[in-house]
Amino acid sequence: MTDQVDFAIELKNISKSFGAVQANKNIHLKVEKGTIHGIVGENGAGKSTLMSILYGFYKADQGEIFVNGKLTQIHNSKEAIAAGIGMVHQHFMLVENFTILENVILGAEGGQMLAKGEGHAREELARLQKDYGLTVDPDAIVEDVSVGQQQRVEILKALYRGAEILILDEPTGVLTPKEVDQLFAILLQLKEQGTTIIMITHKLREIMHITDNVSVMRRGEIIADRVTKNTNPQELAELMVGRSVLLKVDKGPAEPKEKLLEIKGLEYVDEQGVKRIKGVDLHVRAGEILGIAGVSGNGQSLMLEIIAGITKASKGEMLIKGKPVDIVKGVDAGQIRDMDVAHVPEDRHEMGLVLQFEEWENSILGYHNDPKYSNGQILKPGVIRQDARDMMEKFDIRPRNERLTSAKFSGGNQQKIVIAREINSDPDILLIGQPTRGVDIGAIEYIHNQIVAMRDAGKAVLLVSVELDEILSLSDRTIVMFDGNISGERITSETNDGDLGLLMAGIDSQQQDATNKGAQ
Amino acid sequence: MSDKATLPRWIDIGLLPLINLIFAISISAAVVLIIGENPIEVAGILIYGALGYEEGIGYTLYYATNFLFTGLAVAVAFHAGLFNIGGEGQAYLGGLGAALVCLNFPNLHWAIIIPMAIIATAFFGALWAFIPAYLRAKRGSHEVITTIMFNLIAGSLMSYLLIYILSPEGTNQPLTDRFTPNSNIPKMHDMLSWFGIEFESSPLNMSFFLALLCAFGMWVLIWRTRFGYAVRTQGFSPSAATYAGISSAKVIIITMCISGALAGMLAVNESVAVAERLIIEFAGGFGFVGIAVALMGRNHPVGIVLASILFGILYQGGADLAFEIPTISKEMIVLIQGLIILFMGALEYMFKPVMLNVYHTLASGQSDTSVGEAS
Amino acid sequence: MFELFIVVLDSTVRLSVPLLFACLAGLYSERSGVFDIGLEGKMLVSAFFAAVVSFESGSVWIGLGGGIIASIALSLVHGVAAITFRGNQIISGVAINFIAAGLTPLLGNYWYKRGGSTPALADEGRFLPIHLPFAEEMKDVPYIGNIYEELISGHNFLVYLGFAAVGFTYWLLFKTRFGLRLRAVGENPTAVDTAGISVIALRYRAVIICGILCGIAGAYLSIAQSSGFVVNMSSGRGFIALAALIFAKWKPVNALFACLLFGFLEAVAIPLQTYDLPLIGKMPVQFIQATPYILTVILLAGFIGKAIPPKAGGEPYVKER
Repeated sequence: MTDQVDFAIELKNISKSFGAVQANKNIHLKVEKGTIHGIVGENGAGKSTLMSILYGFYKADQGEIFVNGKLTQIHNSKEAIAAGIGMVHQHFMLVENFTILENVILGAEGGQMLAKGEGHAREELARLQKDYGLTVDPDAIVEDVSVGQQQRVEILKALYRGAEILILDEPTGVLTPKEVDQLFAILLQLKEQGTTIIMITHKLREIMHITDNVSVMRRGEIIADRVTKNTNPQELAELMVGRSVLLKVDKGPAEPKEKLLEIKGLEYVDEQGVKRIKGVDLHVRAGEILGIAGVSGNGQSLMLEIIAGITKASKGEMLIKGKPVDIVKGVDAGQIRDMDVAHVPEDRHEMGLVLQFEEWENSILGYHNDPKYSNGQILKPGVIRQDARDMMEKFDIRPRNERLTSAKFSGGNQQKIVIAREINSDPDILLIGQPTRGVDIGAIEYIHNQIVAMRDAGKAVLLVSVELDEILSLSDRTIVMFDGNISGERITSETNDGDLGLLMAGIDSQQQDATNKGAQ
Repeated sequence: MSDKATLPRWIDIGLLPLINLIFAISISAAVVLIIGENPIEVAGILIYGALGYEEGIGYTLYYATNFLFTGLAVAVAFHAGLFNIGGEGQAYLGGLGAALVCLNFPNLHWAIIIPMAIIATAFFGALWAFIPAYLRAKRGSHEVITTIMFNLIAGSLMSYLLIYILSPEGTNQPLTDRFTPNSNIPKMHDMLSWFGIEFESSPLNMSFFLALLCAFGMWVLIWRTRFGYAVRTQGFSPSAATYAGISSAKVIIITMCISGALAGMLAVNESVAVAERLIIEFAGGFGFVGIAVALMGRNHPVGIVLASILFGILYQGGADLAFEIPTISKEMIVLIQGLIILFMGALEYMFKPVMLNVYHTLASGQSDTSVGEAS
Repeated sequence: MFELFIVVLDSTVRLSVPLLFACLAGLYSERSGVFDIGLEGKMLVSAFFAAVVSFESGSVWIGLGGGIIASIALSLVHGVAAITFRGNQIISGVAINFIAAGLTPLLGNYWYKRGGSTPALADEGRFLPIHLPFAEEMKDVPYIGNIYEELISGHNFLVYLGFAAVGFTYWLLFKTRFGLRLRAVGENPTAVDTAGISVIALRYRAVIICGILCGIAGAYLSIAQSSGFVVNMSSGRGFIALAALIFAKWKPVNALFACLLFGFLEAVAIPLQTYDLPLIGKMPVQFIQATPYILTVILLAGFIGKAIPPKAGGEPYVKER
C-alpha cells in the first residue's frame, strides 16, 4: 500500500552550523498538508534555527527543501513568501510605531503609492477578520495594542501574503491563557480551511492540545516523530530532556538545618504586563540542595535573577539568614553578595564572565571590592593572580594560564572559572543556574561533586536546572515550576523522572491520586 | 581549537591597524601627487621639519602634549563604552578655569598658583562633561549628541565671556590680559639651560611631563584600580557589570568627568604655559584630534603617547611643509587626520574578512601538513 | 516696525534654507538607521565644488550638479563604512568632517592661490533672485504688498526648492512605498529583512538622498547666498541642522519649523545686539547663537517632550544569531 499522504513541507538532510556550534544536524522532517505539526525541544535544541532556514533567513550548509512535493530553493525571506510560507517569529517582526495596517502591507504594498495598497489591505483584512475571527483595528499603533493583538498582526501579515504554510515560533510564550485559547481557535479555523501549520514550542500541554503530529528536537537533531494521539506528555518530556549519560553522584543523606533563604509570595510582571512569576514561596535550608526543575521559560530563571539582586521583583518578600531584603524596591547584586550569597548565573557569556578579560580578571568579577584584593583603590594583581592560579589548580581549569583571554577557554572550563570563583568566596548560600549547560562529561562530574561538597559543608544550595537527571542526582528536595507557579514539590529520593516529567507539564499525579482516592 | 572568527593578537592589534594606516597614508600621498608634488619629497620635508632640528622637535612635542591630553580623554571614556566627542568644549572651559585662577590671584607664589591653575582646568573640564554624563546616566540622552551640543555651547559661552567680561577695558580683542608671571610654567629650553644644556627655544614646556604623568595615571586608573575594573567591566559587558553589582550610573558619571578633566588640562599647555593668556578659540580642533589619537593608540596610554607624537610630527612637519611648498597648505594635515580616522576608525573592519581568509587558509595548510606528519 | 519685522523674516527665510536642506538630508539618513554627524563636511565639500564647477563652467546648474556629486561621494564613503563594513557611524561622520575641512582649502589653494577661496562668480554662475509676477506692481499695497514683494518674492530658485522639498519629503515618507520601507528600516531592520526587502539597498538609497540634499545645502551657501567659496564656509551649519533634526523629532514638517526657528534666531542675533530689550537690556549675540543647542539638549534630556531617535539608528545591521 503506497503512502498517499501529501506533504506540504519536506526537509531532507538539513545541517547548519554557526562557527563551531552545530545548530542543526541531518534533519529530516515531513509535514502533512492541512495539519498542525508541533516541534518540541529545549531552548537551544535548534528549533528556531531550523525554521529560520525554512523561512530563508539563514542558509543551510546542506540539505534540500521540498514545498508541496517540489524541490524549492529558499535563499531569502522573499522566496519563502513566494513559496507560500509565512512565519510568526517569537520576537515579533513588527515596526512598533507603525499602524497595524502599515505593518501588514510592509513588503507587500502593491505598488509605488501606498493609498492603493492600503485600500486593498483594508478589504483583505476585513475578509480575514470574517473568515478566521482575526479582529484587529487597522489604524491602531502597534506599540499601543496588547501582545495578543500584535501576534494577530503577525499572522495577518503572513496570510495577507498568501501563506498556505504558517510557521509559529513559540507563539504562546507571551500570551495570557485567554489569548492562548483565542489563538488556538484561530489556528484550528485556519487548519480547517486548508492551511498547514508548524508550531514550535516547549510547552507539552499545547502540543497535546492542538497538534496532529509532533517531532522532538534535541541538540540540533530530530530524535523522534510521533502522532500526537499516540503519545503522552511524559514520553515527550523524557525525549526532550534526554537521557544524557550521567554519572551517579556519590552523596550521603542530607542534614538540613536552619532556613538560610526564604521567599514569600514572589511575583514578577514583565514590561509587557505579562505575569511571569505568580506567587512563589520557597525556602532553602543549610546543608541541603533544593533543585528547581521545569522546562525552561516557566519562571525559574527569572526567580534566580531576582534572588541574586539582578532583577527587581514586582511583589514579595525575601529573607536571607533571617534578615529581610527588599527585592521590590531593589537591591543590587553587590549587596546580595555581601550577605554571603554566591551566584553562578545561567548565562556565563552574558553575565558570569567578561569574555574579553583575561582569566585572572574574571576570577574577581563581583569580588573586586574584597579588601584582600586591593589596597584602597589600588588592586593587587599579584595577589589576584596567585588566587586565580590556586583556583585553576584546585578546580582543574585548563589550560593553566591565568593570562589567557577568557573567550579562549572551552565552555566547560569557562564554567569552572565561574564556579571556582563563586565557591571560593566561601558563601553561605549558593545560587546556581544550569551548572552543566554546554559542559563536557568530565567537567560535569567534577562540578556535581563540588556542589555536593558545598552542601556537606553546611551551605544552602539552590539549583536551577532543566536537566532532569541533574536534578534527580543532585538535589535533596525538588520543586517543579510550571507557568510561573510551583506545580509540585517532592523529596527527591521519593520521586522519579516520570512523576517529575508530568509535573513539568503541569500535571500533579500525586494530587490526582489523592482526588481519585477521595472520590472512592 | 581553530576558531574561524578570530585572528591572533599580533594580527588584530598589529598588522590590521598597520594596513589601515598604510592605506590612509597612501591616499594622502595620492592627493599630494594630484596637486603636482612629489610625495617622497613632501614626506622628507615633513619629517625633517618635525624631527630634523631642535626647534622642530620642541614644537613636535609641544603639539604632542595637546594630543596626549585630548587623546587620553577620549580613551578613558571609551573604556566605559562612552564616546566623548566633547573634548573641544571641555578644553575650552578648562581655559576658563585657568584664566579665573591666574587673573584673580596674581600674587600667589608659583608653587601654589600653578597647581591651582592645573586643578582649575581639570575641574572646569570635568564640569562641562558632567552635564552630558548626568543626562546619559539618569535620562538616557545620547552622549555623542549632547557633547557635540556642549562643544557649540562652549564656543558661544566663551566668546561671550572673552568679548564682554574677561577682555581688559579698552580693547576689542577677544582675549584676556596676560596671566601673572607667577603662573608661568617653565619652558623646556629654559630648564635645560639651568643644567647648561643649549636647546633652541620652542613652546615645549613642563606640561609635557604633566601629560605623560596623566598617561601613566590613566594606565593605573584603568588597569590597576577597583574603579578601573568596574569601568572596563561596564565597557565590555553592561550585563556582567550588573551581575557584579557595579552601578552603571556611577561609572558613567565619574568616567566622563575624568575624561572632561583630561581634556580641560589641554589649557595648561595652551593657555597657562604657552599663550600665557586666554585667547578665543585656543582649543582650535585639538579636541577632535584626540579622537584620532585615541583610535590610533587603541585606547592604551602607550599607544596614545606614540600616536600623539605622530600627530605632533604631522602638525609641526605640516607647518614647515606649508612654508616650504606653498601649494600644500597646512590643511593637508587636517585631511590626513580625516583619512586616519576614517581608515583606522570607521573602516577598521574593512580588511578583516580578507585577513581571516588569508590567515586561515595559510594556517589550515600548515596544520594539515602537521597532521599528516603525525599520522 | 512692521517693515523691520518683514525684513527680519525675509532674512530668516534666507538663513533657514541651507539648514532646511541639510536637516532634511539628515532626516533621510537617520530615518533609515544611519546616523550622520557628517552633514557639516558634506555641506562644505559641496559648497566648494559647486563654486569651482560653476566658475569653471560658467553655468550655475552645472555648478549645482558638481556640488551634489561631491557631496554624494562623501555620503557613499559614509555608506561604505557604516553599512557595508559596519563601522562606527559616529567615527565615520567625524572623519568626513575632517576630510572636508582639509580637502577644500587644499584644493582651493592649489587651483586658485587665494588662500583657499574661489574666485568671485559672475551672475550667470549664481542663483539670482526670482521676482514673482506683479511683485513690483503690488509693492505699494499696504501690508500684503510688502509681504509679497519682500518676503515671498525675490528669492533665488533654491529657496523655493527648499520649501518644496519639505512637502516632497512628507509625501515620499508617508505616502509612498519607498517611504514606508525607509521608515521601517530605521526602526526595525529585521522586520524589513523578514518581509523580503533588502536592508542594505534601502539604506544606501537613503544615504545617497542625504548626499543630494546636503549637496544642495552646500551649493546654496556658495553659489546662491554668496558668489564664491571661502574657507570653512559652512561654519557649523551642519551641526545646527543636526540640532534642528533632533528638535524636529525626525519629522519633515517639524523640520521646517525648527529650521525657521533656528534661522530666525540667526537673523535676529545681530539686530538685537543694538536694541535695548525691556528687562533684559542688550541681548548678547552669543546667547542667541547658543539657543538652538541649549534647546536641543533640553529636549534630549526629556524635559520638554521626548526626542526619540529611530530605534535602529547608529547600529549596523547584522542578522541575529
